[in-house]
Amino acid sequence: MLLEVRDLHVEFRTRDGVAKAVNGVNYSVDEGETLAVLGESGSGKSVTAQAVMGILDVPPGRIAGGEILFKGRDLLRMKEDERRRVRGAHMAMIFQDALSALNPVLTVGAQLGEMFEVHRGMSRKDSRARAVELMDRVRIPAARQRAGDYPHQFSGGMRQRIMIAMALALEPSLIIADEPTTALDVTVQAQVMDLLAELQRELNMGLILITHDLGVVADVADKIAVMYAGRIVEAAPVHELYRAPAHPYTRGLLDSIPRLDQMGQELYAIKGLPPNLTAIPPGCAFNPRCPMAQAICRTDVPPLYSVTGTPARRTSACHFWKECLGG
Amino acid sequence: MAEQILEVRDLVKHYPLTQGILFKKQIGAVKAVDGVSFGLARGETLGIVGESGCGKSTVARMLVNLERPTAGAISYKGEDITRLSGRALKAVRRNIQMVFQDPYTSLNPRMTVGDIIGEPFEIHPEAAPKGDRRRKVQELLDVVGLNPEYVNRYPHQFSGGQRQRIGIARGLALRPEVIVADEPVSALDVSVQAQVVNLLERLQDEFDLSYVFIAHDLSIVRHISDRIGVMYLGRVVETGTDAEIYDHPTHPYTQALLSAVPVPDPQARAHRERIILTGDVPSPANPPSGCRFRTRCWKARQRCADEVPLLAVPQAFPEGPAAHPSACHFAAEKHVVPAEGELPPPPPPPGPLHGGQ
Amino acid sequence: MPEPYDPLQPGDKEAIAPTGAGGPMDLAIEEAESLEKTLGDAPGPSGPGGKARSLWSDAWHQLRRNPVFVVSALLIAFLVVIAIWPQLIASGDPLKCDLSKSQEGSAPGHPFGYDTQGCDVYTRTVYGARASITVGVCATLGAALLGSLLGGLAGFFGGWGDATLSRVADIFFGIPVILGGLVFLSVVTSTTVWPVVGFIVLLGWPQIARIARGSVITAKQNDYVQAARALGAGNTRLLLRHVAPNAVAPVIVVATIALGTYIALEATLSFLGVGLRPPTVSWGIDISNAASQIRNAPHMLLWPAGALSITVLAFIMLGDAVRDALDPKLR
Repeated sequence: MLLEVRDLHVEFRTRDGVAKAVNGVNYSVDEGETLAVLGESGSGKSVTAQAVMGILDVPPGRIAGGEILFKGRDLLRMKEDERRRVRGAHMAMIFQDALSALNPVLTVGAQLGEMFEVHRGMSRKDSRARAVELMDRVRIPAARQRAGDYPHQFSGGMRQRIMIAMALALEPSLIIADEPTTALDVTVQAQVMDLLAELQRELNMGLILITHDLGVVADVADKIAVMYAGRIVEAAPVHELYRAPAHPYTRGLLDSIPRLDQMGQELYAIKGLPPNLTAIPPGCAFNPRCPMAQAICRTDVPPLYSVTGTPARRTSACHFWKECLGG
Repeated sequence: MAEQILEVRDLVKHYPLTQGILFKKQIGAVKAVDGVSFGLARGETLGIVGESGCGKSTVARMLVNLERPTAGAISYKGEDITRLSGRALKAVRRNIQMVFQDPYTSLNPRMTVGDIIGEPFEIHPEAAPKGDRRRKVQELLDVVGLNPEYVNRYPHQFSGGQRQRIGIARGLALRPEVIVADEPVSALDVSVQAQVVNLLERLQDEFDLSYVFIAHDLSIVRHISDRIGVMYLGRVVETGTDAEIYDHPTHPYTQALLSAVPVPDPQARAHRERIILTGDVPSPANPPSGCRFRTRCWKARQRCADEVPLLAVPQAFPEGPAAHPSACHFAAEKHVVPAEGELPPPPPPPGPLHGGQ
Repeated sequence: MPEPYDPLQPGDKEAIAPTGAGGPMDLAIEEAESLEKTLGDAPGPSGPGGKARSLWSDAWHQLRRNPVFVVSALLIAFLVVIAIWPQLIASGDPLKCDLSKSQEGSAPGHPFGYDTQGCDVYTRTVYGARASITVGVCATLGAALLGSLLGGLAGFFGGWGDATLSRVADIFFGIPVILGGLVFLSVVTSTTVWPVVGFIVLLGWPQIARIARGSVITAKQNDYVQAARALGAGNTRLLLRHVAPNAVAPVIVVATIALGTYIALEATLSFLGVGLRPPTVSWGIDISNAASQIRNAPHMLLWPAGALSITVLAFIMLGDAVRDALDPKLR
């Protein structure tokens, strides 16, 4: 297994108490596999990724427990400089806002080249050549000329390509993409997503795709982990999840998106709001919004039930997953 | 045909690009909106779709008179409102209201919810007698599904979805006939979006509202709209009813836009033909000659660079569902959206458990 | 088939009751970097009953718990009290001097000793607060009112008025403070504080005007200003109700910090002999008189200089605390 997150807990100290952003998250990605982590804002999907990358702001953040195994070694137990080496060379991250992730006063070619200078000890000339090569690879037209341009001279889609080029530069085995297409227009989204998926296949990397968009996930993911209030409420291979969700939250989400091929009737809406992380409801965190909730949901935190396979290929954190599956 | 409440003719908005500090010299213009026409009937929802920079938000701002058009007319019940000022403008404003995209910046953080929703009555004192205002504000809160007791709270005590409800209540206060909604749900969480869309639909029935609904999200637009206009670089490229646009699109841009929408079904991955456009939207300061879409269009020929295509029913389709205005020299029908029933339906919504486990 | 849930059915209102911080805070957790900001401005889960809390009351709530604020506010309160009623802690007369006691050290009833003229240093130090506080407060009020009025209007309306104001402000920025003071104030013969106050206002307003202009421009671009405009609100309402309340915080912060520097500026000008003049009691004058005697009688310098430093520091600390409370993003 390339990456395995085990029982991860992350907390944030806030003025109003401790916010439990991540409460026991487990997931894994293998080489050549795409895991989509799906959730709304506040679900903990990005915080988990930041913990994996080691870019969590500490304080106010704090990793309160768990393991993050990368190729079998626990990242949380590594020394800082060792961790930094792993982070630079073996895993990379792509952010939503490419403009703020790029340095505005350096040319794109210089920023890409810097990766090779720092990590590979290449000469400036060689590293520039590699930078142009990379830009070619992410299909930026006229790469040689454009390498001398500054980030603001590129369009949103092109900037996101540069981010991808940067992430690919050192040929990492794992890429984490945090809402990589959310800020882009629909027609450009498709280009960027396709590029990312193609490169991932080509280089046989592991890809963690963090998103709130069920549509994007359906197009590229192999498996999905749905997060709610800092926990994974359902994890499943992509086809099974869409066909028959085993958690009422997933079902609600699937029903509440308007579909292109259907019109007319009122949209299904999940009632209420996501919980405040300083005061997560007891029992199942989703129970106040759940139409299926019973007494047990308000008292007992549901374990991750295995829905299919041993060891579980598919899990659900719902006491009534069978009823949910059944319809 | 229902009464036309709003009629937009050849609307143009150019933002001058100037050089020099003291003696400003115009060196060009950003052609944000360049000749847009449409009508809106009472009780109807017109969806305007396009990518960023297509001018859809500028159109919205001109409809509510936040921007003055460079040319063209917007008539409300037959009266051109773009040249109005003073009292007459204020009177028209009562009837055309706006709901903004970002619920975090559209509410004044220093004002209570009661003051925010009550402000329309202060600006238009004739709309409600003074003693009546508090009751009216509470009624409005109730209408949008918020607890009327929250009048004394401040916006930062609410979540995004709730703030958007407050913004909608403010827009409704003066009982307008038209509401211009500029991407009202795109800043909200997925599970909250549906709540707000349903609210807007319910309010439309209840108050007999006409909507201009602006969005980049084609699936939400289809859900809420009766008619749709697709915009690209300041122009409308195709317009028609919901079925005409989604099931029988004839403009290549509409087709590309539709096929780019991710479908929440992994099964569709394999057998869905997708049109992936190359490149980005050109700058509106320097749009391509002829057809503005030609730089990204797979059908483009010489004629597209020479001749501006008119927004008209293509001659190739004199009748049938494809016979709706489309600004393309080579308009042709193409099936991109899976027909109803082609994809498996979503699972039924979760319901309460029976049998008391 | 169960009924699909309708969030708007009457009776389900509690389902969408405010969660206090719910949304905004969760959003911030999503991006750890914006958490900082949220720590400052997200309200807690509303207590029982969920009291309304304005941003101002939030800021006040935060200020009260900031030790820097508490210390500086107490110090300033004390300074203001003795500026108004110096007799409370000093029974003597600052102008009653006895040359025979020139430069003597501390004695019973005269803890700080005597200056060259034989005046009681303690009494003079206490009475000196009045001049400093008066100049500081009046100059700040003047500069803040003038600056925020001009800057605010320029920012709101823009156009040629804005361009003119900005250039005029630039000209004032170009005047060297000390040189300007030496030139302007040396022609004044008045012994009151007003020429000094006037001079500081004249040099101080452009700084406030710049800040006010900038924050008005930021505030007027907010959607809620557009929303009010779309409702038909006039410029007066937009400015007073929507722009000003949201633009005033940076002005308050800068003015508070400026107050400290104005006090220091008054002392500097007095030291140079162009600020306040005897018989007005001023720390600047006393420091100037003591400076030449620093080897023989350091106590003469120590006390007024110490009082001045503490006063300036108190106002700057207050400004810092106010900034933290009003604008968490600046931290």
